[in-house]
Amino acid sequence: MTTTFHSALQSLRETKVWKSIFRRGPANTNRTRSLAVFGNLFLHWLPVKVREKSLRVRASYYLGSISFLLFIVLFVTGILLMFYYHPAAPHAYRDMKDLQFVVSNGVFLRNLHRLAAHLMVFAVFWHMFHVFYRGGYKPPHEFNWVIGVVLLLVTLFLSYTGYLLPWDQLAFWAVTVGTNIISAMPFIGNKVRFLLLGGNIVGENALLRFYVLHVVILPLVAFVLIGIHFWRVQKDGGLTVKPKDEDGKE
Amino acid sequence: MSDKKAPSIAGSPNAFPKGNGVTRRDFLNEITMGALGIAGLGSVAVTYQYFSPNVLFEPSTTFRAGNPDLYPVHSLTFLQDQQVYIVRMQEGFYAVSAVCTHLGCITQWKPEADTIACPCHGSKFKPDGVKIEGPAPRPLPHFAISLTADGELLVDKLQIIKPSQVLRV
Repeated sequence: MTTTFHSALQSLRETKVWKSIFRRGPANTNRTRSLAVFGNLFLHWLPVKVREKSLRVRASYYLGSISFLLFIVLFVTGILLMFYYHPAAPHAYRDMKDLQFVVSNGVFLRNLHRLAAHLMVFAVFWHMFHVFYRGGYKPPHEFNWVIGVVLLLVTLFLSYTGYLLPWDQLAFWAVTVGTNIISAMPFIGNKVRFLLLGGNIVGENALLRFYVLHVVILPLVAFVLIGIHFWRVQKDGGLTVKPKDEDGKE
Repeated sequence: MSDKKAPSIAGSPNAFPKGNGVTRRDFLNEITMGALGIAGLGSVAVTYQYFSPNVLFEPSTTFRAGNPDLYPVHSLTFLQDQQVYIVRMQEGFYAVSAVCTHLGCITQWKPEADTIACPCHGSKFKPDGVKIEGPAPRPLPHFAISLTADGELLVDKLQIIKPSQVLRV
């Protein structure tokens, strides 16, 4: 069974169509396997070879991967939620309630989005602490550390903009308080608050602005930064692994 | 024009004197970068203007608070829709904002303690807006209050006045 499957796959790889898509034949040597990674848009920023040590759970607890996985979950569920949500008052609150009580599996998707968001904030923070205590910010990783800090801020800002969208009392007051914190900035605070809210109060303009930030601008920024982040991990020499101590133990 | 070699520099590839060190390529580069810079700044300015709404669909900041006789002497009345306290003392009326100066929560009147208290972070104020305690950085502001021609109270929430100014009726 396995052999038939493998030989079928093998002959598929010999076809003209396969070769025209993947630009090469079967990956049967180390060289051709490497080339398969180099030549693939979705794989080329990942390392061709990984040290076994850096794959151990203790090396990273996979916290970065978990954060990325949660980001993908949020991306998919978020797009699905957009099919039922109008970013305008009074629809926003009703749509949120419809998702909870009327739409099939709506409450499942909404809670998946909400819980994944909570978990992502948690995972990103844990990832940062882990990298920090491992000394993963040291040369040559300084630039990637800075990218990571910006990604943490983007994560928090995504959380914050998403918080307004249910358009309930909790959302309203959280954003009222949050934007009043912004207005405490010297000189430009009130102007920044006005631009962010599109007015002086948390109203329809604010809802629409937060929506656009939440579903377009911040996810785009996050995607680009995540790409650079992953690529730099490889370019800076892979994951930081703990060097052996004097006893030869890890 | 003639087949004599032109002794002058005009029309020759080296038309520009090399003294000032600016080549044609440098010059064009600078012109291009300058133009792009100006266009970039202009786009930023236009985008900034675009994001500042000119018309706001927000509640009016001026409102009528009814006849003065509605408010007994020595009383504090919370107008929930406007988020304003109308206070009437022996000497007259004043209007105090009900929005906490800390982070914008709506404060509540606690008659038993004779204080205005914020539910969010525990700031406390006297009925005239003076801060008693809490994280609030400033006292509650007083709004301009006046009488309309037909004898109703009129409050303007954009005009902040000194607490000493009181409307005598």
